[in-house]
Amino acid sequence: MDDLFNSFMNGPDDKGRFGQFGGRFVSETLMPLILDLEKEYEHAKTDQTFWDEMDDLWKHYVGRPSPLYHAERLTAHLGGAKIYLKRDELNHTGAHKINNVLGQIILARRMGKTRIIAETGAGQHGVATATVCAKFGLKCVIYMGAHDVQRQAPNVFRMRLLGAEVVPVTSGRGTLKDAMNDALRDWVTNVRDTFYCIGTVAGPHPYPAMVRDFQSIIGREVRWQLAEQEGEGRLPDTVIAAIGGGSNAMGLFYEFLDEKSVNIIGVEAGGKGVDDKMEHCASLTGGRPGVLHGNRTYLLQDDEGQILEGYSISAGLDYPGIGPEHSWLHDIGRAQYVSITDKEALEAFQLSCSTEGIIPALEPCHALAHVMKIAPTLPKDHIIVMNMCGRGDKDVQTVARYLGFDMSDTEGRSAD
Amino acid sequence: MTRIDATFDRLRAEGKKAFVAYVMAGDPDEARSMEIFRALPGAGVDIIELGVPFTDPMADGPTIQLAGQRALAAGMTLRKTLAMAAEFRKTDNTTPIVLMGYYNPIFSIGVDTFLSEAKAAGIDGLIVVDLPPEEDDELCIPAQAAGLNFIRLATPTTDDKRLPKVLENTSGFVYYVSITGITGSAEAQAVDVAPEVTRIKAQTDLPIIVGFGIRTPDTARAIAAVADGCVVGSAIVSEIAQGRSTEEVAAYVKSLADGAHSA
Repeated sequence: MDDLFNSFMNGPDDKGRFGQFGGRFVSETLMPLILDLEKEYEHAKTDQTFWDEMDDLWKHYVGRPSPLYHAERLTAHLGGAKIYLKRDELNHTGAHKINNVLGQIILARRMGKTRIIAETGAGQHGVATATVCAKFGLKCVIYMGAHDVQRQAPNVFRMRLLGAEVVPVTSGRGTLKDAMNDALRDWVTNVRDTFYCIGTVAGPHPYPAMVRDFQSIIGREVRWQLAEQEGEGRLPDTVIAAIGGGSNAMGLFYEFLDEKSVNIIGVEAGGKGVDDKMEHCASLTGGRPGVLHGNRTYLLQDDEGQILEGYSISAGLDYPGIGPEHSWLHDIGRAQYVSITDKEALEAFQLSCSTEGIIPALEPCHALAHVMKIAPTLPKDHIIVMNMCGRGDKDVQTVARYLGFDMSDTEGRSAD
Repeated sequence: MTRIDATFDRLRAEGKKAFVAYVMAGDPDEARSMEIFRALPGAGVDIIELGVPFTDPMADGPTIQLAGQRALAAGMTLRKTLAMAAEFRKTDNTTPIVLMGYYNPIFSIGVDTFLSEAKAAGIDGLIVVDLPPEEDDELCIPAQAAGLNFIRLATPTTDDKRLPKVLENTSGFVYYVSITGITGSAEAQAVDVAPEVTRIKAQTDLPIIVGFGIRTPDTARAIAAVADGCVVGSAIVSEIAQGRSTEEVAAYVKSLADGAHSA
């Protein structure tokens, strides 16, 4: 690292800001709670017993480190850059989400909280939270948009098997942002015993920094794993990840922010296309700065500052905001942000299945679709590391529907 | 001196507690909303809280959220809310109007532009739920400089150590939230509220108005008796939601105002 003052890794400041983004835009009832959380986290961060417990669970319960896998057939198929996949889909519960949940639940236990609440979109964060709550015998309540409850039925059943109460949210439009509103309402009502376990790098300070810190295990592993396979000191040339709120991406990016040679790319969900119709979830490419859910960040909103619903084939990217640190990295130009449409993501889904035998979640398919665009244009010694942040079991039905495949037909014929 | 300060001077001289009513601008539509808004002073309302609709009202319960959705569906915006206040001011230059809502619509217009338009429209104070003292630089300080009161919420979680920070840049009055929770929830209990008001009074000379969980004239009286007044929101909004006429809404508001004024 050059010197501390030029580091991209110092944020947030003491007001919880990354440049103009972030902050603590919450009601007074919650303010003492997030100050308390910040104090507790600052203490835990420098407490070796906290990290010892995390490391032990990461290893024996989650299955870390997740492999860094050279995708040989994919590389050959695209005919350019050398592609590595960071296999966070192999974690317990099938996604990166559990990295963060473990940290927050251990913190909750240290704070003496007995009831855990969380919001979930695709259900991955809900399943991870329900899982860790079951492991520690904590009461767990998951808020999930009524529409998502329907389209992610297998995950709803999983959460209930794990002992969580799943509350279908019908307020507002019954989507992920409404689930977050209802979780905040629960928290404001049950302030004494309840811990709010946020699933992404958004929300009021200290959540964006705390969730990033818990997820940054991803990038730290990539650094030593790549050195092991490519030689001491070899860094990736490009790191790339999909972004809804942006936790798997921050987890991969953070380690490399001060490595000037590393090109950083975040991929937003372009839905049906980033245009005036707003049928997408690309907050950075199609939104503007605003304040929602405790932080200032890029948001999908109308001219009056009313929040718009995002749209994506992937329920995990279906959020009108993005973590504030991404907004800052975007504005200062340290990271590049692009968008990928549903159609492109589905093509990537099929390519991953057929060339690598990996059925990916639709979220990382967005990152893979961008890899498909850039890899052929890059030299063979250019190393791309992409975060394969979730597995696709939960999405098989959605994909079947889009591809016109009738799941009830045992002969495997096409629906049309 | 703002209209808010003048109103509390008058109430003190009359030996009366304040009754504050909340309505959502544009609910169920602009014309009906304007009619109800205009009827409030005659129904005994001392201060009007005019809600600005927002898609994501995190601190509100279903009653206020649905009112916001009705208003947005009918085309209400922050600028049209200001226009309603300006229209109201043509016939009433004494009843204070406090805008209540969330920060994003204001941030979207731009703080300086908003403040000059709000001042011109005859707004007296602001309650912005998602701006705690930690974010005072955003709107609170500029609003005070523009001559608007910035009214802060104190809650049961605001302990003695934190209270000075909450009171520091507050003006007009302090809005004490009677419960931990959202608007329109459990009934406020005077026995819980009284010691809290005493606790806050020890640190400020500002009037303390109590809100959340008040929906009957009896509760209005009981809560006003242990504070400087009370606020009713969700209960009035749900009368409007049930399709009551302006006269019926005004009669209900009057029963609450009488309750508070008899304290």
